[in-house]
Amino acid sequence: MERAKCLELIYPEIEDKLVVTIMGACAQELYDLGHRESFFYLQHAMGLASSIGLGLARHLPHEKVIVLDGDGSALMNLGTFATLARYRPSNLVHIIFDNGSLLSTGGFDSHTTAGITDLAAIARGAGIEHAVSVTETMGFGEAFVEAMERADLSVIVAHVDAVGPDIYGMDFALPENAFRFKRCVQERRAATGWKPPPRPGSVGSA
Amino acid sequence: MTVSYDNSKAVFEGIKAAGITSISALPETWLGLLLQRAEDDPDVDLIQVAKEEEAIGVAAGAYFAGEPHVLLMQNHGFFGAMNGIISLAQLYSIPLCMLIAVRGHWGEPYPWHTRGGIVTEGLLRALNIPYEHARDPEAVAKQIAEAYTFSRSSLSPVALLLTRDLMED
Ligand SMILES: Cc1ncc(C[n+]2csc(CCOP(=O)(O)OP(=O)(O)O)c2C)c(N)n1
Repeated sequence: MERAKCLELIYPEIEDKLVVTIMGACAQELYDLGHRESFFYLQHAMGLASSIGLGLARHLPHEKVIVLDGDGSALMNLGTFATLARYRPSNLVHIIFDNGSLLSTGGFDSHTTAGITDLAAIARGAGIEHAVSVTETMGFGEAFVEAMERADLSVIVAHVDAVGPDIYGMDFALPENAFRFKRCVQERRAATGWKPPPRPGSVGSA
Repeated sequence: MTVSYDNSKAVFEGIKAAGITSISALPETWLGLLLQRAEDDPDVDLIQVAKEEEAIGVAAGAYFAGEPHVLLMQNHGFFGAMNGIISLAQLYSIPLCMLIAVRGHWGEPYPWHTRGGIVTEGLLRALNIPYEHARDPEAVAKQIAEAYTFSRSSLSPVALLLTRDLMED
């Protein structure tokens, strides 16, 4: 199973959702399917995609938040599973593409390569009830549909090949992605009737 | 040593007065009474993390969502959060308003805190993180509001250092 194929499969469902993806190959594969203002690409800080997802999901109950993670990134922040289990955001779907590789940094084996470390079991052990492992594209699709329909925190560990795109590049700078993503999130929140708190400098004189 | 009940209250009231509705934290002695108040307050959402670096992600999510947020941690947690601060907050121009309990400085009786206390300000300077010391319970509410305002206008991490003078009786 290839991650790019999995992303292609779910793209019609996630293109209007808030999506936080890890760096490199995964980010590029999502971008290549078509950038949306509701996509945030975490290009360097390993492990924090799910933490950003928690911060979003917790404050935006009307949204479904999708996190696209990797085995190497998830292994850098195993505590996140316990934090997610504790707060159990019902609107968060945490997908971990386990390619057994640190692909985006040259393809070194990760701890999951030999199949010894089971990230779904770690998630379950941390207290996440709905954490499944899938190895076939069909199974991935089914797990994804269930996760989207379920009003509960879901973790999907998708075992994929260690392959990525040939060409890398995006047509915006990193802060620009953050600015546009924030604007998008806030406009969607405002559409629910929510009013943003006043910005610094918006009252009084400069 | 006892943690100051009155000054913990002053800090919490300062956080509330600054319009903060969301807090991420990892508990430690000086923050205990403060976090108890946050937990008991229905208007404040407290998210306790397993490691401080997670809170950088949570804070970024809260910022994107438009929710006024502060982070509470001790200085050793700031050390453990550093890559998140640099490679998420600073790289993407995401504000962080960090209230950091500075253990291991003037008057510190516990040896295990001291190395961290000694290097804290040097590390803040190395990261270009603006900081102020909070020592006076009368001034702390204003300092919190100013720290939050500055983090938002500069789109960068800022730190208000909670000192022994403030946090202990
Ligand atoms: C703290 C830190 N250490 C090392 C790196 C170098 N690095 C960049 S991508 C990467 C691997 C990411 O692996 P994974 O999350 O499994 O995603 P994949 O690239 O395999 O899709 C590493 C180690 C980094 N970005 N940050």
